[in-house]
Amino acid sequence: MNTTQNTQPAGLQAPRAKMQAQDVRVFYGEHQAIKGIDLELMENEVIAFIGPSGCGKSTFLRSFNRMNDTIEGCRLEGRILLDGEDIHAADMDVVMLRARVGMVFQKPNPFPKSIYDNVAYGPRIHGLARGRGDLDDRVEDSLRRAGLWDEVKDRLHAPGTGLSGGQQQRLCIARAIAVSPEVILMDEPCSALDPIATAKVEELIAELSQQYTIAIVTHSMQQAARVSDRTAYFHLGELIEVNATDKVFTHPQNALTEAYITGRFG
Amino acid sequence: MVFNLGKHSSSQFNQEMEAIRSDLLRMGGLVEQQVSDALESFLQADSALAQQVQQVEQEVDELEKHIDEECARVLALRQPAAIDLRTIIAVSKCVADLERMGDKAAKIAKLGIQLNEEGSLTTGQVEVRHIGERVKTMLHDALDAFARFDAHKAVAVAVADNDVDAEYHSAMRSLVTFMMEDPRSITRVLKLMSVFRALERIGDHSGNLCEQVVYLVSGQDVRHLSPADMQALLEQR
Repeated sequence: MNTTQNTQPAGLQAPRAKMQAQDVRVFYGEHQAIKGIDLELMENEVIAFIGPSGCGKSTFLRSFNRMNDTIEGCRLEGRILLDGEDIHAADMDVVMLRARVGMVFQKPNPFPKSIYDNVAYGPRIHGLARGRGDLDDRVEDSLRRAGLWDEVKDRLHAPGTGLSGGQQQRLCIARAIAVSPEVILMDEPCSALDPIATAKVEELIAELSQQYTIAIVTHSMQQAARVSDRTAYFHLGELIEVNATDKVFTHPQNALTEAYITGRFG
Repeated sequence: MVFNLGKHSSSQFNQEMEAIRSDLLRMGGLVEQQVSDALESFLQADSALAQQVQQVEQEVDELEKHIDEECARVLALRQPAAIDLRTIIAVSKCVADLERMGDKAAKIAKLGIQLNEEGSLTTGQVEVRHIGERVKTMLHDALDAFARFDAHKAVAVAVADNDVDAEYHSAMRSLVTFMMEDPRSITRVLKLMSVFRALERIGDHSGNLCEQVVYLVSGQDVRHLSPADMQALLEQR
């Protein structure tokens, strides 16, 4: 199938591809979930992946930091590059890769530790902080960027699981950015949140995009429309259309995309 | 692209969109009738018909408000996208044009009554009929293009509008000559000129409807483009 693919209009600086998927095919045993996709994640952009359940968007997202490696029988063909380097190269350290390409999941999953330790966990195991003061700074900075600092600064040593759902999700985002990632993958980060918590996370995504490259899988098309610069539509393991979000939502090029975003699917 | 407009997974949303489209076409039908009756009342010096045209205006105004409300409601509650969004935007612009056309028809009817009372005209009749018929066809075709999602037909209406503009200017020139030759006719000829002006404006508004049809079908904004450029844009797709 032909993919309708337009890159963003060139601004003063031409956008640079942060990650590149080249002819990516993913198999779960015999079943082929991703059927040869080429896509670039541009630096400092928010790209949304949308599509009906089972279209492969989450599988594709998880390929960018090799999260699928943990699934038995899952195998990937094709190449994924981070700053031009193959993430499947023999000398690629997967732990380092996941620090550079962080992930936020659908359900907030704070560790059963204090708020402070949740955020400090990554910098500690990666040896990113020089001493206690440095670690404190890093934790505060991450919580501030995640928009959570003012809400938790007086109870940093309370358990992270005691926070509300929306706060827990922002804590997970703080945890992801504490290790200074370059790319953040988000798999339906707001599906378990109420509208106000969702609005906060969406605002956060907009702020974070100034520093990071963000790819987000969402079932809410309004959310894709609100937060992303580009939107990619997936259908049965294929990338059908990727274009500037306002184009996709006002005038999609492909009839399948049109049917899906106007709710005429199925 | 084929639009499966009836296949929405929410049947209620389907019905709402259908209702908006059919309300617009109903309003279009009313205005079409108004224009046709206004022209007829003017040419046949039929004051009763002219009054009827003026009465229909209220109904058209009510429909304009109703359709706008429906559009706002769908925007707020359904967050439409793609073809649905373009339909809402196009419809809410079209109702404004249709309402203006209704005003112009009422104006023609009113001027007809006044001119009747002042005695019969000796000039302009043929031109009014000619331009009037062309404008009626334009409006009809514009509504047809909307109903059928036919962008090419819409562009054809824009081409016709150029011809109407040319004929309007030519009619104006001959009326100016007429006034110079017979200054006693000036008051009445000025009214006649207003009728031409109203017809020409109805043609322009029909052209605006067509621009919205092209946007609705193709997503392209063709306002302020020449018909040739509109055609070229459509061919590009």
